[in-house]
Amino acid sequence: MRSSPLHVWSAILFVATLAVMGEVMIAAGMRQLGDLDDLRSRRGLGGTIAAVLTNSRFVVGALCMALNFFSMLLALSIANLSLAGPAIAALTYVGNAVAARFFLREHVDRRRWLATLCVVLGVILLSR
Amino acid sequence: MKHVLRPSQYAILLGVMLSASVGDSFLKRGMEQVGAVNLHHLGLLWQALFNPYVDIGIVLLIGFFSLYTTALSWADLTFVMPATAFGYVVIALMGRFWLHEHLSLWRWLGILLIVTAVGFVAGGPSRTGHPELDRMDAGIGR
Repeated sequence: MRSSPLHVWSAILFVATLAVMGEVMIAAGMRQLGDLDDLRSRRGLGGTIAAVLTNSRFVVGALCMALNFFSMLLALSIANLSLAGPAIAALTYVGNAVAARFFLREHVDRRRWLATLCVVLGVILLSR
Repeated sequence: MKHVLRPSQYAILLGVMLSASVGDSFLKRGMEQVGAVNLHHLGLLWQALFNPYVDIGIVLLIGFFSLYTTALSWADLTFVMPATAFGYVVIALMGRFWLHEHLSLWRWLGILLIVTAVGFVAGGPSRTGHPELDRMDAGIGR
């Protein structure tokens, strides 16, 4: 059965949203922990791994990424790879930049917006 | 504030660029040998675990995730993002020079755009934001 465009784009948007949530939560967790090299020099490798794996933001982010993986499989069952692949990647890059600006308080200047635009266009062209 | 990266941190970013794309290529090669997996042949997934290409691919992807999270501990998400996108360039170039696939003009243009994006971001600071808020964040997490 052929899926409607609304159905397909809803699935694409859902997968991209999960990816953005996952990446932003992992980035927030890593920012909270600080430079892992410094952490390792204080707590050793085992302590560093334990600190990462018990960080709640990291755990939520990793769960989102796992859900993203399975929802991607679902999306690919109703949408063509040639559409879903670049669309999900492009939406994820733009979503990450917006979320990094508002949730991670990163200074996304003109240079980084231009880089995001180049990545989005580049990914779309590479999938042609 | 300008954050200057150490050589080891550049090496981590290089690892981020290469590990995912090379890992994906190994997985693809392995799964081609294993065969198509569907609901009627789920046992093939178990068999795939014994394929050396699949094993190398899994190790590389675990390595990618470790390097990626390490990079996010000292760099912004918007700084690391173009490095992950560079993986698409690596896959395209591997296809061109290893598998002798044809790369269209559009794909070369895509490669150029992603390389430009990496150049844009690499010229700026790796970490931005509000130091006092970061300290508050770090205080909660320790």
